Amino acid sequence: MKSFRFADKIFAVVLLGGVSATASAQMMINGAGATFPYPIYSKWFDEYAKVDPSVRFNYQSIGSGGGQKQILAQTVDFGASDGPMSDENLSKAPGKLLHIPTVAGADVVAYNLAGNPALKFDADTIAGIFLGQIKKWNDPKITALNSGVTLPDQEIVVVHRSDGSGTTYIWTDYLSKISPEWKTKVGTNTSVNWPTGIGGKGNEGVAGQIKQTPGALGYVELIYAIQNKMPYGEVKNSAGNFAKPSIESITAALAAADIPDDFRFSITNAPGPDAYPIAGATWLLVYEQQKDAAKGKKLVEFLKWAAKDGEKMAKDLQYAPLPESLQQRVLKRIEEIKI
Amino acid sequence: MHLQRADNHIWRKAKSGLASTVAFLSALLVIAPLGLVFFHLLANGASSVNWDFFTKLPTPVGVAGGGMVNAIVGSLKLLALAAAIGIPVGVLGGVYLAEYGSARVNSLLRFVADVLNGVPSITWGVVVYGLVVLRFKGFSAYAGGLALGLIMIPLIIRTTEEVILLVPNGYREAALALGVSRWKTIVHVVMKTASKGIITGILLALARVGGETAPLLFTAFGNRFWNHNLAEPIAALPLQIFTYAISPYDDWHRQAWAGALVLVTGIFCVNVLVRILTRGRTASVV
Amino acid sequence: MNATTGPAIAAVEPQIARHAIAPPSRFGDKAFEWLTLAMALAVVVLVVLLGWELWGGSSLAIRKFGFHFLTTSTWDPVAEQFGALSFIYGTLISSLIALLIAVPLSIATAAYLTELAPLWIRQPLVSLIEMLAAIPSVILGLWGIFVMIPWLRDYPFPLLKRLFGWTPFFTGPIYGTSMLAGGIIIAIMILPIITSVSREILRSVPNLQREAAYALGATRWEATRIAVLSYAKKGLFGAVILGLGRALGETMAVTMVIGNTPQIAASLFKPGYTLASVIANEFTEATTDMYLQALFEIGLVLFGTTILANLLAQLLLQTMSTTSTTRAVQ
Repeated sequence: MKSFRFADKIFAVVLLGGVSATASAQMMINGAGATFPYPIYSKWFDEYAKVDPSVRFNYQSIGSGGGQKQILAQTVDFGASDGPMSDENLSKAPGKLLHIPTVAGADVVAYNLAGNPALKFDADTIAGIFLGQIKKWNDPKITALNSGVTLPDQEIVVVHRSDGSGTTYIWTDYLSKISPEWKTKVGTNTSVNWPTGIGGKGNEGVAGQIKQTPGALGYVELIYAIQNKMPYGEVKNSAGNFAKPSIESITAALAAADIPDDFRFSITNAPGPDAYPIAGATWLLVYEQQKDAAKGKKLVEFLKWAAKDGEKMAKDLQYAPLPESLQQRVLKRIEEIKI
Repeated sequence: MHLQRADNHIWRKAKSGLASTVAFLSALLVIAPLGLVFFHLLANGASSVNWDFFTKLPTPVGVAGGGMVNAIVGSLKLLALAAAIGIPVGVLGGVYLAEYGSARVNSLLRFVADVLNGVPSITWGVVVYGLVVLRFKGFSAYAGGLALGLIMIPLIIRTTEEVILLVPNGYREAALALGVSRWKTIVHVVMKTASKGIITGILLALARVGGETAPLLFTAFGNRFWNHNLAEPIAALPLQIFTYAISPYDDWHRQAWAGALVLVTGIFCVNVLVRILTRGRTASVV
Repeated sequence: MNATTGPAIAAVEPQIARHAIAPPSRFGDKAFEWLTLAMALAVVVLVVLLGWELWGGSSLAIRKFGFHFLTTSTWDPVAEQFGALSFIYGTLISSLIALLIAVPLSIATAAYLTELAPLWIRQPLVSLIEMLAAIPSVILGLWGIFVMIPWLRDYPFPLLKRLFGWTPFFTGPIYGTSMLAGGIIIAIMILPIITSVSREILRSVPNLQREAAYALGATRWEATRIAVLSYAKKGLFGAVILGLGRALGETMAVTMVIGNTPQIAASLFKPGYTLASVIANEFTEATTDMYLQALFEIGLVLFGTTILANLLAQLLLQTMSTTSTTRAVQ
């Protein structure tokens, strides 16, 4: 049939064009995982391509859980996760898997109220709101913290994540630490059974939902609140001070936290006068024993570059770099990777 | 004897006019979302559709001049792979259902095809992940193409079958009476008559999978650079759009809208092209 | 051959055509028959593959929850208590809303395109509708959040509440993201496929049918209704089934506008959650084995729901009158 023959010709040409496997002079190293650090990782890989043009790093953000799964299945060369791997998952790895922390960020309390007032929250109020116990904006617990602001008699529309994510992990980790009721009723995970509220897909979905629903309140990553020009509140930290989410307060949380040897740590509700209480780091997951010598060598070189030069680029993109002491420890750990 | 009109002829005419108006309004309503979405894409993305978009690779945020050329080419390659699987299996399978078999077997096969059409695309991605990606320890264009092709098969089978069934028997009988063998009758007479409908079905299926994101997440994986080997990860336009759309940056948002604009327009152009090519080659019934 | 063959003769005709008129088996004929059979059997292979993967991936969860999985509505990943009831409800209701909106619109549009529209407008309209099919689910979802939902929240929803607030379906606060919004966006997604396929079906109705009706003095609408639509009933039903299939499996666009809250509520203004959405939302991030298995089981339940919905549709088809033939007769 004439029409089919012509169409077939087109397909054949395109197919052949693709199959002509030109062995490219560049090596490709694949990584998968968290969406939170995607902007800075893509900046790093782009910059590193200038440092070493012989290798290309291809990173796709399919989610922290996806990153963990793929590195366990060894379908990628490195993984990335916003939450440390659990013991259960770590034991499934075919070799020793290392956690390399890279940068840190924060979950902020974003809201939509007429006049964009600057609000303050504390552990009790946040837990109360998300447990569905504090239902209105002019609830005494909230007004007590915000004496200078007139809060309306309006229902709080709680917005949370519907998809599993590291952002939720950080949020619920904080809530579990400061609210025993939350810990028993809901718990900590990338996805939980929310007592109240509506679900938005992705940080973008939550931000969009908040922006369009008067009286809404939810949690998003700092960078989304800034880019979307949404008001976000200060939160009382464990030292009793109200901390505004910023690169400085996140770094303060990192500096004050107790970092164990395997680098699996949580910095929520960190001690320290300036620490922001709802912060979290993100990690790269690599095997201690690299399968492919050539790829492993390139990967190690990149990791060293990232831990030194890459960190300098973090602030420009609104990420908190690791404090100096932690950077040193990370560099030492990278040395331990066997090629 | 004079021609007598039925007593209610005015009412019947009015009903007819009303029905035509309703049908026209329905057509408008069906197109309305397209108009609205397209307008939104144009308003937000047109400014980012420039020469860079079609020639440059993606750049990190803050670096201007990024594009999606690898995603465009990647999508084309994936569609070609998907078509290589979906079209032969789908069309020939539809032919079987319409021309051969027994009522019971065909009814079962039709049922199975309908069920498959209801499977969410992410499930196909998961299946191909288990079959291909895990087995060969790597993401690839082949896996992505396979996932998309599998989605196309039941769709094309059903549309092909429906259209072939409506080719009048007289055509078949005429050819057979002239001594043409059964299979040649089917290929040169029946399929040719139904070709416009078959092509519509294929285009619908291609349009459907061309915009799919979920099945590619675990198969094609995505690639910020060029794909030189079909056994490696490959970029795709919907994936790139998705990644940019859920990011916090305005610049990336605009590129996402631009990508969507290009995708929709691209598929439209393919539609128009195929219609021009197949015009006048078939004897359509209406 | 006269045009007045009745249903009985038409039903027997295909058999006669196949066996009496077909020439004695030649190699080409047999080979072609086997080839097409092999291709058609691909669907069986696919469905077995799918079932096997889904079953295998959810075996532990099935053993743990048993039948309760289908009757509980709790979805708690932390406590590892999983139940699919709220998702089943969400999928069924949103698909039903979508069909109620899309089917009349699509068939009316198809009828318009084949019978009533001026010739010059037909092809452009068709191309426009097929372009709607090309819009990726994700983009439609984003448009849904930024454009459709605010508009719905400000105009149609309050109107519905005023008119029908006395029924249990339109009560409660209006957030915008809701079961109804989910149904509407699915309707938008399935409009092109039902319209296109219906149009092809209606186009292939032989002219003789229309001419016969006009000869008897029918008006435009009567001719369309009697000669074309009834004749094509089975084909149109097939188009609707294709639409239903798409509706059940639609994921990305729905998940952005439906609110993603696992609950069962009568009010359409409340947020809901569908089977496909929960898989898309939580699959990549599922951290524990049981969690992943529960999601696979949701996939299995969706598979089962699709089978049941199609079975129901088949039953409906059997009870429909068989005056329309599937094979055209001249």
